[in-house]
Amino acid sequence: MNLDLQQVEDAAKALYIRALKVLPPDVKSGFAALQKTETDRTAQSILGTMVTNIKVAEDTDNLLCQDTGLPIYNVTVGRNVSFDGSALKAALVRGCTRATREHPLRSSVVHPLTRKNEHTSCGPGIPVIHFDFVDTPDVVDIEMIPKGSGSENNSFLRMAIPAEGQAAIKQFVIDCVIAAGGKTCPPTIVGVGVGGTSDLCIHLAKKAATRPLGSVCADAAGAALERELSEAVNLLGIGPQGLGGDSTAFAVHIEIAATHITMNPVAVNMQCHSARRARATLTPTGITYGF
Amino acid sequence: MAHYELTMPVSETQARALRVNDTVTLQTTLYGIRDASYIALFDKGRHTRFDLNGHAVIHTAPNVKKVPVSAEHPAGYAPVCIGTTTSDRMERFTRALMTQTGVRFIVGKGGMREGSLAAFGEIGGAYLAIIGGTAALETTWVEQIEDVDLDDLNPESLWKFRIRNFGPLLVAMDSHGGSLYTEVNAKVATNRAAALARLGLTV
Repeated sequence: MNLDLQQVEDAAKALYIRALKVLPPDVKSGFAALQKTETDRTAQSILGTMVTNIKVAEDTDNLLCQDTGLPIYNVTVGRNVSFDGSALKAALVRGCTRATREHPLRSSVVHPLTRKNEHTSCGPGIPVIHFDFVDTPDVVDIEMIPKGSGSENNSFLRMAIPAEGQAAIKQFVIDCVIAAGGKTCPPTIVGVGVGGTSDLCIHLAKKAATRPLGSVCADAAGAALERELSEAVNLLGIGPQGLGGDSTAFAVHIEIAATHITMNPVAVNMQCHSARRARATLTPTGITYGF
Repeated sequence: MAHYELTMPVSETQARALRVNDTVTLQTTLYGIRDASYIALFDKGRHTRFDLNGHAVIHTAPNVKKVPVSAEHPAGYAPVCIGTTTSDRMERFTRALMTQTGVRFIVGKGGMREGSLAAFGEIGGAYLAIIGGTAALETTWVEQIEDVDLDDLNPESLWKFRIRNFGPLLVAMDSHGGSLYTEVNAKVATNRAAALARLGLTV
């Protein structure tokens, strides 16, 4: 399969807009689950308004949240696909720029020192582009995540040591959720990275925070810790918007990587209740959009 | 727990009438402010031609569309999506905002801290919590972008919105020392031990 880069550019544009407007079904189900268990009246009312907003966004073809976020494109490439990698990256940048200018969207992206906004949602290193490779032949999958800043500003890393054990991981997660309070737009998906190098650990946390609700850590020990922490964070009483209640998080997700004998790193990255993502699958027969 | 319909601007007495857990719906005018516009006004000494006295500001930078100036779009901008950002980042500006411009209400999400609570008490104001991430809904409460100032900061300009039935908003911090965030934080500090115990940890 020869990758059509015009198709990639068009998809990069369509994905950004789609992600901002239509919440994935697993997140909608997450709201329904919380509405069944929430015991606080204010919290119930807030969850109800969030669900109403999802419908208003769909009915009015509008963005769910005004924060267009930092754009992230995760590209997964199958076997027998040929393309010019550098041109592929440029196509994603063009698509991201076009979404911003043609919809139009608020460009939330500035130079980190001059704070200049180019009104393209792009800049040095942005959009974030990740590549991965899979065995499936003749397919390219592009996942787009507009990562909101309310949740992204609450990102944490701790280089714990082996003598502190899993207790350090558990306590860190609880204390990060407390520190974030209402600032992350709870209910959140709490992403936890365990192991790796410091940078990989943070990347794992982001991967965990942006995983679909209902998905489970592929590692058995990670999955067990995920269940334990999911229950514990919802005992804190932070609640939707930090105004109290049971629904602090939809779930805690964990991603793991092996680490050094001297290390026990843990990172936390959160996803707000507007847990937006969109997916395009490109095959020789065309393109399909999903989540 | 009373509900107030408030046509902006309001007096100090009206602002002081609000108590936490009351709800408020705002009418006529709302100003948009956030990081860059706060920095411009209170760190860099820039001035605005807007009279914010007695008004409410919302922590926002909207998605807008540039359009020709018309009766419908007097500022040359049509609203696309208008929502609310996290207020905590703007904490240190509250007192200056209230004393230098006369603003009475801050509409935001996630809450503010002790410094803001003290300013609301001393000067007479309140924090009105909106539900973050519900911008599609909020946009339906905005009739028009009436005016814009400091637009070189776009999208973090100082925006003047014409609003209709903007709310209900929850009074989450009042001028009587009441703060729902302080209440929740105290409960969370207690609940922390229970959460850690559930994880098999002792504190």
